[in-house]
Amino acid sequence: MAKRISIDPVTRIEGHLRIDCELNNGRVSKAWSSGQMWRGIELILKDRDPREAWLYTQRICGVCTTVHAIASVRSVENALKMEIPLNAQYIRNILMAAHAIQDHIVHFYHLSALDWVDVTSALKADPKKTAILAQNTSSWHMNSAQVFTETQNKLKGFVGSGQLGIFTNGYWGHPAMKLSPELNLLATTHYLQALEVQRKANMIVSILGGKTPHIQNLAVGGVANPINTDSPSTLTMERLFYVKTLIDELGDFVNNVYFQDVCTIGACYREWTAYGAGVTNYLSVPEFPMDTKGTVFEHPGGFIPDGDISRFHPITGFEDDFLKKGVQESIKHSWYEGSWTRHPWEEDTEPHYTEFQDDGKYSWVKAPTFNGKPAQVGPLANVLCMYAAGDAHTRRYTDKALATIGGMAGEKVTIAALHSTIGRHAARAVRAAVLYETLQKQWQALMDNIGKGDTWTFNKPEFPNGEIKGVGLHEAPRGVLSHWIVIKGGKIKNYQAVVPSTWNSGPRNAQDAPGPYEASLVGTPVVDAEKPLEVLRTVHSFDPCLACAIHMVDTENREIVKVRAL
Amino acid sequence: MNILVLGIGNLLLQDEGAGVRAVEEFERMYEIPRGVELLDGGTSGIELLQYIQGKDCLILLDVVKSGNPPGTFIRLEGENVPALFQKKISPHQLGLSDLLATAQLIDRMPERVVLIGIEPKTIETGLDMSEEVGGAIGLLADMVALELTSLGLDVTPKSAVEPQSHRTIVSECGNRSVCVSVANAFPG
Repeated sequence: MAKRISIDPVTRIEGHLRIDCELNNGRVSKAWSSGQMWRGIELILKDRDPREAWLYTQRICGVCTTVHAIASVRSVENALKMEIPLNAQYIRNILMAAHAIQDHIVHFYHLSALDWVDVTSALKADPKKTAILAQNTSSWHMNSAQVFTETQNKLKGFVGSGQLGIFTNGYWGHPAMKLSPELNLLATTHYLQALEVQRKANMIVSILGGKTPHIQNLAVGGVANPINTDSPSTLTMERLFYVKTLIDELGDFVNNVYFQDVCTIGACYREWTAYGAGVTNYLSVPEFPMDTKGTVFEHPGGFIPDGDISRFHPITGFEDDFLKKGVQESIKHSWYEGSWTRHPWEEDTEPHYTEFQDDGKYSWVKAPTFNGKPAQVGPLANVLCMYAAGDAHTRRYTDKALATIGGMAGEKVTIAALHSTIGRHAARAVRAAVLYETLQKQWQALMDNIGKGDTWTFNKPEFPNGEIKGVGLHEAPRGVLSHWIVIKGGKIKNYQAVVPSTWNSGPRNAQDAPGPYEASLVGTPVVDAEKPLEVLRTVHSFDPCLACAIHMVDTENREIVKVRAL
Repeated sequence: MNILVLGIGNLLLQDEGAGVRAVEEFERMYEIPRGVELLDGGTSGIELLQYIQGKDCLILLDVVKSGNPPGTFIRLEGENVPALFQKKISPHQLGLSDLLATAQLIDRMPERVVLIGIEPKTIETGLDMSEEVGGAIGLLADMVALELTSLGLDVTPKSAVEPQSHRTIVSECGNRSVCVSVANAFPG
């Protein structure tokens, strides 16, 4: 008999997401992804000055503040066809890359590792064996038996007090947990160390952005960082060299800890390379502009249809019509008035809530399509597109990850394995390693440009009387982010944000084709319907962030998983 | 003494932003005493760890839904604060609950944690607060001043700001009766 499970809310994500699955013979046969919150940023921005839109958009989400700020200023700059000073591009690029690394580290260790790592099993580990295991694969200085013993004692204290605190809601002892006690201790220790390391990435954002959360240094036309190599109140050499130190400390952790841990988990759970592919149309946008006009980029972007890398189609810049014309959103299954499919510039936002209707409307999230079909966005799409485009760093780290996992698992692992739940984690780690290279390059480019005597950081925007349109693109930690703006007479006429989690968590579209979360869950085995850990593994692998939808949470206590027979 | 006054909330959701607005108001009305740091935390979670860890005292400002009339103040202290966030009374329970639990895990929880909350009326998309909550932001700032004074700090209003009259508000949160003295900004 079929069973229906409803996970509401999905925990360890930002925002409110409900996932429903129909189970047949222990596997998911059908799935629904439902954003339970309504986003209304468009309504706030209407008639406002486009130059201040970014100050509001960065308040959409508590995790993605910086990304919504950058996409917003870019949308206005794109509408005005502005050039951005080189220093401003480099400073923005460092900010974005540092933020992305922080986001990837936090996602892996603090939001998703506990789907694979059993913290309670770590109590049974031998710290000396753990140290030998760790030192075999990594030169990280915090992999000593003493460090592992300390972590274990801390955990014993926690468990002994009966209060698991942050670890309260894990599926401890679940039959799908497979790591040895030693590997569980290793990963739990790195979970704690990652808390300190993510702070370093955040410090880079603080130094250049003026403040976190909510950076203050952006402006339509550039950045507000005055550069003066001698004045202590501006961006000085001393500050810039401190940023370099932080960059290198981040790189050490990314390469010697994060990358290694993902490979280890990938090898131990290699059956998960067969689950979770879902939608294999991949979309990413070019990022890290290296010229004033936004035509030369450090990271290429593009589109891959049907998982076929040989059919990669590049997206060359912010003016590329292939992207601008390809994006649409459908509301046939979303809680908005009507049943249209439109380009973001043509949309309106009229909420129309119904009950959860399996075949009708069931989500606040709209269903975006690229050239009429659902597309997956995020680090996996980014890495596959950069691999296809021939980016040297991406090829090197991807090949290294596949070889490392293959070596541990004792079998050849090809790039096809990346179309999976575990593949999304591997791709995120590859991207973090590539971003470390990017950070170094952007830092050097900034230093070289200042060295040439260029301290320019801002061009003043001028608004025409008529109507203009623009799009702000950003390859954010969770994938393609686009802010679509229509400006009339210097005021905002329409504003739509098509966010990464909209692409991935979207409901069925106008042709009833399921979105990436929904498609990825079909075929996933679920051992215990009351504890659907396997469903969470796949959903978490996308790094859901639904807060762009809104930030309210139901205040009543309720069961997280509901199971009923159909 | 190291003290962090942390306002949290979403400015785009009307009353939800009260905690952040109160921090701004405190900065406008008072001289910031030595050792006190003010932070607009928005709706961030783990990103705030670096600011709260190891502080002597953390004063949180937030909206708290407890079923009382809009504008009601709540003051909680110590163990009751993490417990509150675990019970999901605050709209930010996801981020803050994890943040406080994480600080506990790494032994960097501030020695003293105080939450000053206000009951929201409307949490819809929009920038304007309700009259009940918007009109009480000055009082929230005054409560921060009282809290800092009780910690032995010398808190002085900026000279241009006029003093306000005081009233007492009694409210309930769970089984706990809370009695606080605050300045009354409401006409009548």
